[in-house]
Amino acid sequence: MADLMRTGLYDLHIRLGAKMVPFAGYEMPVQYPLGVLKEHLHARAAAGLFDVSHMGQVIVRAASGRAGDAAAALEALVPVDLLGLAEGRQRYAMFTNPAGGILDDLMVANRGDHLFVVVNAACKEADLAHLRAHLDLEVNEITDRALLALQGPAAEAALARLVPGVAAMRFMDVGIFVWAGAELWVSRSGYTGEDGFEISVPEGQALAFAEALLAMDEVAPIGLGARDSLRLEAGLCLYGHDIDTTTSPVEAGLAWAIQKARRTGGAREGGFPGAARILAELADGPVRRRVGLAPEGRAPMREGVEIFAAAEGGQPIGQITSGGFGPSVTAPVAMAYLPADLPEGAIVYGDLRGKRLPARIVAMPFHPTTYKR
Amino acid sequence: MKYTEDHEWLRVEGDVVVVGITEHAAEALGDVVFVELPEPGPVEKGAEIVVIESVKAASDILAPLEGEIVEVNAALADTPALVNEDPLGAAWFFKMKPADMSALESFMDEAAYKALIG
Repeated sequence: MADLMRTGLYDLHIRLGAKMVPFAGYEMPVQYPLGVLKEHLHARAAAGLFDVSHMGQVIVRAASGRAGDAAAALEALVPVDLLGLAEGRQRYAMFTNPAGGILDDLMVANRGDHLFVVVNAACKEADLAHLRAHLDLEVNEITDRALLALQGPAAEAALARLVPGVAAMRFMDVGIFVWAGAELWVSRSGYTGEDGFEISVPEGQALAFAEALLAMDEVAPIGLGARDSLRLEAGLCLYGHDIDTTTSPVEAGLAWAIQKARRTGGAREGGFPGAARILAELADGPVRRRVGLAPEGRAPMREGVEIFAAAEGGQPIGQITSGGFGPSVTAPVAMAYLPADLPEGAIVYGDLRGKRLPARIVAMPFHPTTYKR
Repeated sequence: MKYTEDHEWLRVEGDVVVVGITEHAAEALGDVVFVELPEPGPVEKGAEIVVIESVKAASDILAPLEGEIVEVNAALADTPALVNEDPLGAAWFFKMKPADMSALESFMDEAAYKALIG
């Protein structure tokens, strides 16, 4: 796999028997010997350790050294209330484009004198350029830290054995802790629908830290395969699939991430790229929206499957953007963009190998989330 | 036992050929979550007659011979995981009566198949 980058934990993945695949320019573990299905179930039942070091870690700082000044500036690029983000807290956000589409989705944490931002691996170069082009802020990509996620009901007990302080954190808290002399940047968040943590570790100590977690009975390494089925069951968007430059945050069902201050009548109404479309969709509703689909049979409906309103005839009304088998749901699950007037409970038809098979529009998440709020 | 380049195994039982997929194929597919089986009846060689969906992707099994499907393994529809648990035994897919039994001889024996998969 020439030209692919490797994370600092590459040798560990190989030692653990991972099957490596190219992903967003990196050679990443798609699964370990346990297999996707059992890895998924392990993360739901105990704790799973994910190497997400390919993601972009970025520090955004204002010349004043106040996070609030960086937040005020960054609000020009996201429809999110960042001035309302308290120190020690993290928020979900998205970079929008002038057409109201999504350039990337990201996490923003207020760390007192700066913002810590985590972006998708495939978008990080573009995101860094976007930040530098539009904001008069210091934008530093952190390249000497691994990023790990520990997810599942046993994540708190496992991580607290190494770093007792994390047990007191609640969902979307961020904090700095020290383990064996290494400074850990910890957030209580993740991409599985489970309680858990994301931990930025200095590269030199990442292997020892990962091994300390993996030595615990409840912790198993989890690959990208199960990461995808876990986030799908949790109803979470995958950039480039469920959201992209053509989908607005409102269509994507992400209006909850647009706080009152940025909406019509709010203290800092609009003022982000694509505000005209996004504010209009908030007021009038979008034409199409991202919905959950529960195929009625056992056949998974995957990305690209066309959706029809009727069992015969007519043009497609939408397309599946993510889909597969949900190991915890024990049935196929999918997301699609469909006309917004179709209610929950409606039956639509997915074209699977020339046959139209029924699927029901359902609420997401498909599997209940267990965030510690 | 004979093997196809598509990682199917063929086992002769009287005038019937039992068809399944190899351990190598089952391993490569990953956890199987759905199997769609054909209706009994005539098939052309190369027809896509079985769909296997794993947690990773969908793939097909092709009819290895021209002939007639005489029986399908209904247990796979209810328990697709059998494909991973016992690919060479309980997870046979279908039984067919080939139009020409001698056509079997064109397939690989175990040594040739092992050489193929390295």
